[in-house]
Amino acid sequence: MKQDNAMTTPFVDQYDSLKPELPGSALPWMTALRDRAMDAFSASGLPTQRRESWKYTNLRNLTQLELDGQSLAPRPVSIDRAPSLLPDGSAYRIVFVNGDFRADLSDLADLPAGAVIGGVAALSEDEPECVERLLAQHKGIEDQPLVALNTALMRDGLLLQLDAGCKLERVLEVIHVNSAQNGVFAHNARNLISLGAGSEATILEHHLGLDDSAYYINAANDVTLDEDATLRHYRIQAEGKNAVHTSTTNGELAGNSFYDGYTLSVGAALSRNETKMNLTAEGANCHLNGGYLMRSQQHCDTTTVVEHLAPQTSCREVFKGVLDGRSRGVFQGRIVVRPNAQQTDGHQLNKVLLLTDTAEINAKPELEIYADDVKCSHGCSAGEVDHDALFYLRSRGLSETSAKALLIQAFLAESVSEIGAVELQDLFLEKISDWLAV
Amino acid sequence: MAATVETVDQVRALADDKYKYGFVTDIEADTAPKGLDESTIRFISAKKEEPEWLLEWRLRAYEQWLTMPEPEWAKVDFPAIDYQDAYYYSAPKTKEGPKSLDEVDPELLRTYEKLGIPLREQEMLAGVAVDAVFDSISVATTFRAKLAEKGVIFCSISEAIKDHPDLVRKYLGSVVPYGDNKHACLNSAVFTDGSFVYIPKGVRCPMELSTYFRINAANTGQFERTLIIADEGSYVSYLEGCTAPMRDENQLHAAVVELITLDDAEIKYSTVQNWYPGDENGLGGIYNFVTKRGACRGRNSKISWTQVETGSAITWKYPSCILQGDNSVGEFYSIAITNNMQQADTGTKMIHLGKNTTSRIIAKGISAGKSQSTYRGLVRMGAKAKGARNYTQCDSLLIGDKCGAHTVPYIESRNSTAQVEHEATTSKISEDQLFYCRQRGIGEEDAVALVVNGFCREVLQQLPMEFAVEAQKLVGISLEGSVG
Repeated sequence: MKQDNAMTTPFVDQYDSLKPELPGSALPWMTALRDRAMDAFSASGLPTQRRESWKYTNLRNLTQLELDGQSLAPRPVSIDRAPSLLPDGSAYRIVFVNGDFRADLSDLADLPAGAVIGGVAALSEDEPECVERLLAQHKGIEDQPLVALNTALMRDGLLLQLDAGCKLERVLEVIHVNSAQNGVFAHNARNLISLGAGSEATILEHHLGLDDSAYYINAANDVTLDEDATLRHYRIQAEGKNAVHTSTTNGELAGNSFYDGYTLSVGAALSRNETKMNLTAEGANCHLNGGYLMRSQQHCDTTTVVEHLAPQTSCREVFKGVLDGRSRGVFQGRIVVRPNAQQTDGHQLNKVLLLTDTAEINAKPELEIYADDVKCSHGCSAGEVDHDALFYLRSRGLSETSAKALLIQAFLAESVSEIGAVELQDLFLEKISDWLAV
Repeated sequence: MAATVETVDQVRALADDKYKYGFVTDIEADTAPKGLDESTIRFISAKKEEPEWLLEWRLRAYEQWLTMPEPEWAKVDFPAIDYQDAYYYSAPKTKEGPKSLDEVDPELLRTYEKLGIPLREQEMLAGVAVDAVFDSISVATTFRAKLAEKGVIFCSISEAIKDHPDLVRKYLGSVVPYGDNKHACLNSAVFTDGSFVYIPKGVRCPMELSTYFRINAANTGQFERTLIIADEGSYVSYLEGCTAPMRDENQLHAAVVELITLDDAEIKYSTVQNWYPGDENGLGGIYNFVTKRGACRGRNSKISWTQVETGSAITWKYPSCILQGDNSVGEFYSIAITNNMQQADTGTKMIHLGKNTTSRIIAKGISAGKSQSTYRGLVRMGAKAKGARNYTQCDSLLIGDKCGAHTVPYIESRNSTAQVEHEATTSKISEDQLFYCRQRGIGEEDAVALVVNGFCREVLQQLPMEFAVEAQKLVGISLEGSVG
């Protein structure tokens, strides 16, 4: 499916010259993997709207970024303090500035035995076997062009590995700070997360634009949960308002493992958050929740695919969107139940508030079911703020603005309340109030 | 520009030539040779003594058809169609029908019996030459006289092209343009017959119109074209198809139906489709690729689609409504039952353009055996569709663990005052319900039929009465052999 795509060429053209500088270039398997990925990417090109899963999202914003020959090389920015959301000492912290790991800003002291946390680039020098094992699954190269692009050009990212039974007591705060003040850049962040049997971790991931400069972040996340492992993975995407952010998560969930995800998207001119979860064994459970708050000309795409491959697996999705100005929201949710995956439970809900007549929502909630003993449902709605509720609040003396804000907050709270780590809910509600206060 | 004129001239010259040729062939044989090319289309057009504009329209459609790729997005799987290995005019229809009921497949007769269809009708359905007692032609004529009194035009589309060319020219292809999709395009190029209905201003059609009674519509073949126009303030209920299984041997059916309602008009279109679904191993069966679309052009107009789809090996059908007029209403009620190796990909599109337009979608899918059933729909709220509303409900029922049920709704809203609601569920037939029925002495198959009928009730209620009774029985028959 070769497609004309002016944006594909810069990436392909720069690959050969960049190759020697990329991390792990001394490792033959890594180079082979990168070559394979680049071949796949140059064959498919960047996804266009002709691809069904990209029907509603156009990556043409990328052409406005004017990426040049230097854009794929590191663009350091000097920062002396990481903008943390959690008090010092209460959490482990790992910081990436423009994609590159900054040990000086991170706080990874007192890690329990059996835990490896660090930057992928540094670890591919120090612990190549570990990186190789985690990358070995390299899913998505063939059918996800952005993952192929990422695999070919990835430079750094989070590596989290917990041995069986290891529990991270503190939240791991992952901060990605970006700014193109020293020139426009495109960064391919690769985050590798692997939790051994019975292990547990909570991640708070924060993507933050320091200013309004334009840049492109293309993240790929590989998540592997062994039996009985639990990962709570909460994300705030607050990239700069001219940035492009695409993130693809591929997860493999073993028996009785639990993935609890929440993504709050408020930033970036164009963002896409794609999550694909395979529930491979009995008892695997996955929650994919989120909220998206968009205004002016922002575009936010949330795409989820949950594959039930084994009996007695379950998933639950609650997404809430608020669209203001001329913004556009996209929600594509797909639940697949394979033939032997009996007694599965799948629920999906997507609700959207349109605040203006120029905002737009495109939703495609899909069910694909090949087993009969299942309970699956999806619901989807779009509309405006309830007039009766608004009238009620106004009759009690609230201004129209604050009455609306209150209703929107309540609307979004339904998705926030799905966050399993209750202590973090307030933080998300705060972010939502911040957005409403602007 | 000059080049275009030249091409047009060339085409015209060719057309004149071929026309003479076609005329000669006309006398010699009643059958177009196998295969499809320009001459087939000229032959059909000449045979039907069509005006020049229609022939040109057909040829334009054919040209576009050649360039169009086969649609592959639907969740159906079948070997590529050999368009050259088919007759496009009359041939498959000229073979002799059975002389009496004794020659008809006994299995078919048993089904008729279960449906409670009178013997005379059985004969007609099975294609037995109709005898003098049941003179359908006279029946049709009686109806026609009654309709003519009210000014209703109800005839075959070929007659309409001759007798009411202005109406046909104005509306044909105005809802489904010939380049709409590959199958509609093929239909536009080679359609041989179909129905035409025009209800004049303010007339409420005194009876339910049905192809069943219009004998010349029998065996209209693979490429049927239906055009229904309801003028201001009029109403018509149109029934299509037949509740008894038609043993049609045509593999490919590519029909096009266009509905148009003007101010305050209403069209209710009901279909019961029970074509040959193929055997248990998926051999044979009809490919039903139909493009149905209605345009609510006027204010307060309404189009309501009701369909019961139980037959065909492959169903590819999306009856849609374009809600242009303010306050217009679109409805879609559907039951799709698949058994054995059947595949159905069906649903609707509701395009809201006018203010305060409302639509309602109730789709029930039942899959049994190794079949696959998909609901695929689109609800689009345009930027000007202030206060528009949609409610969609898709329920799937699975019987057995080898079948599949899928839901693929697209929801696009560009207006904050528009409200869209979509709900879908998938479940299997409840053991408790079955047990309850069995305990009261109801056989397993009957119990399943009973539960399924309950599941479909909302849609069955929308059917005209006589239809509903037969459709209910049909639900049971379609699921035979799916349990136990």
